[in-house]
Amino acid sequence: MKIKKGIPLIDQHDKLGFYGGKFGGNYVAETLKKPIDDLTKLFEKSRNDKSFLKERDDLYDNYVGKPTRFIKLENLSDHLGGAQIYAKVVSDANGGAHKIYNAITHAMLCKKANKKYICTDTGAGYNGKMFSMVAKKFGLGCKVFMGTRDIERQKPNCDAIRKNGAEIIPVNSGSKTLVDAVSECIRYWVSNCDKVHMGIGSLVGPNIFIKICGWSTAQISRELKVQLEEEFGEIPNKLKLINCVGGGSSAYGFWSEFFDYNKKEVELIGVEAGGPKKSKLHAAPLSKNSKIAILHGAAAYCVQDDDGQIDETESCSSGLDYPSCSPIHCFLKDVGRARYTFATDEEAFSAYKLVTELEDISPSLEPAHAFAEAIKIAPKLNESNILVVDSCGDSLKDKDIIKKKLGSYLR
Amino acid sequence: MISKISSAFKKCKKENRPALLTYTVAGDNSKKKSLEILKSISFYADILEVGFPHNAPTADGHQIQNSSFRALKGGIKIKDVFQIVKNYKKSKDAKPCILMGYYQMVYKYGERKFVKKCKQVGVNGLIIVDLPWPDNKEFSQLCKRNSITFVQLLSPTTSRERMKKIIASSHDMIYYISMLSTTGGKLKVSPKKILQNYYKIKKINKTKNIVIGFGITNKNIASFKKADGLVVGSALCKEIENSIKNRQNPVIKLNRMVKNLSMKIR
Repeated sequence: MKIKKGIPLIDQHDKLGFYGGKFGGNYVAETLKKPIDDLTKLFEKSRNDKSFLKERDDLYDNYVGKPTRFIKLENLSDHLGGAQIYAKVVSDANGGAHKIYNAITHAMLCKKANKKYICTDTGAGYNGKMFSMVAKKFGLGCKVFMGTRDIERQKPNCDAIRKNGAEIIPVNSGSKTLVDAVSECIRYWVSNCDKVHMGIGSLVGPNIFIKICGWSTAQISRELKVQLEEEFGEIPNKLKLINCVGGGSSAYGFWSEFFDYNKKEVELIGVEAGGPKKSKLHAAPLSKNSKIAILHGAAAYCVQDDDGQIDETESCSSGLDYPSCSPIHCFLKDVGRARYTFATDEEAFSAYKLVTELEDISPSLEPAHAFAEAIKIAPKLNESNILVVDSCGDSLKDKDIIKKKLGSYLR
Repeated sequence: MISKISSAFKKCKKENRPALLTYTVAGDNSKKKSLEILKSISFYADILEVGFPHNAPTADGHQIQNSSFRALKGGIKIKDVFQIVKNYKKSKDAKPCILMGYYQMVYKYGERKFVKKCKQVGVNGLIIVDLPWPDNKEFSQLCKRNSITFVQLLSPTTSRERMKKIIASSHDMIYYISMLSTTGGKLKVSPKKILQNYYKIKKINKTKNIVIGFGITNKNIASFKKADGLVVGSALCKEIENSIKNRQNPVIKLNRMVKNLSMKIR
């Protein structure tokens, strides 16, 4: 098992859609085979189509607003002493998170397939919000599946989704979070695949959804590479790219230009949700060594019980609160190209607090997990080390949770 | 040697009627009751599908989801599912039995171990909802080597070319999904249209036993009399739910319902 150089990682699967021979695949009901096949053909054609790419790039320029900022966190670096800390402020993107990239591709593909409706899942609400935005822009009907627990804790994004004219379908089964939302969205697609396009909100699901998502978020990495070269004249040789990992869409996008670099020079660090310190529950299948399970169409490391039932997860951040992870991250873990760790809820909250107190950015609780890791390791490294954290979401959606936990919400 | 599943179809054909296949979830609403249900509906059904529950079912509608969640809440484990089948198969007039569920449960148990265990307890067939062709090639062969019918599924979205390939690699029974839906959806296509598709499949290979499932209830089952077999699942799961709600005995209610269904296709 190893990474091939010069080929996008999303394309390094076998003919059944497996990465490294065992992660991923297409475990779907027969009914979905054809829609998935059609989507695969459409995507492969579109990604090589100049007019499709031009339309996408225009949208990135004028609608998303590119590039998102790359800034040095001077105060945080000084405060911690040690490595220099930078942030790629992906939350600058229209809508406030990286989910916009994938949503745009799906809306474009939906249009190309002559479908008038689009559906998706959401945890933190950002993916749902972005789909509702692009649906409005492209004139598509939009349904967003969301666990009732997440509807309660991510109200600002729910308000945005509804304001954009999309319908939120509350999902009340199981743990009432992202895992159930994805299941319900897939079930809805099984029944309506002739009229409706489905977009999965992260780097998970049957193979084609992983490819579309990774292809889309890769924009983050293309921008970062240019920005690093502008800042340092070259890619620094003691570089660490730190990203939170739930499904793993922003991490893939953040890293995709850097897989071919020597791992001693460009280290990739994924930070999962460790959950509350006192709880046994977590959402960290990679760093807590969960076994492989088949969930939502793919084989990947997943939190499960001895019998194979998917276990409940717990995290303060809805976007990371998912029992499984991307097959691509499983592959990266097994080949040793990326290192995965976790931050607890408490560590994420203190990271949020420290970053917002010292700097002019306000990361949501998902990237707060990545900041927690940066805060942990920076003091142990000298200043020739460059840490870049992907600040992939804005905290506004978490204001109620933060207020409750920290007493006040300051941006 | 002709399989027990094939003999069941043969017997029905002789009687000039479709085979009646039931689907209930092992452990719904308790381990004991689900076994009693199997024993009690056995007299009227020709083949019994038994669901092994999974808590992330991506192709099931509300009725079967609820059934599965009830069973899981009652603490059902995969070893109990095997035990229930084993006990059922001990009964005098046991019918062929097909286990149905999601691949995760098989994967976790280990493919080989799972199939071996199936054989040991007397399972005659397997339906794995999310293991479509061609990904299922090896598993299908593994089943064959152990004399277990691996049941492939066909859907209205399956292209003719794909259908031919699936049928060619199928065993003695094929499951046709009547419409684009999760299990238990309201029949949104006319029985006539469904039967047209059914005949298209039948034409490709007449020797395969093809059953129709999804959306079949006692209201519409009579319209499908011409098929080789008919599966009723969600309607039975719903009946269990209703009997729990009304504090009635689900065993008696299901017995009555399956009897009723069998009368309608005679």
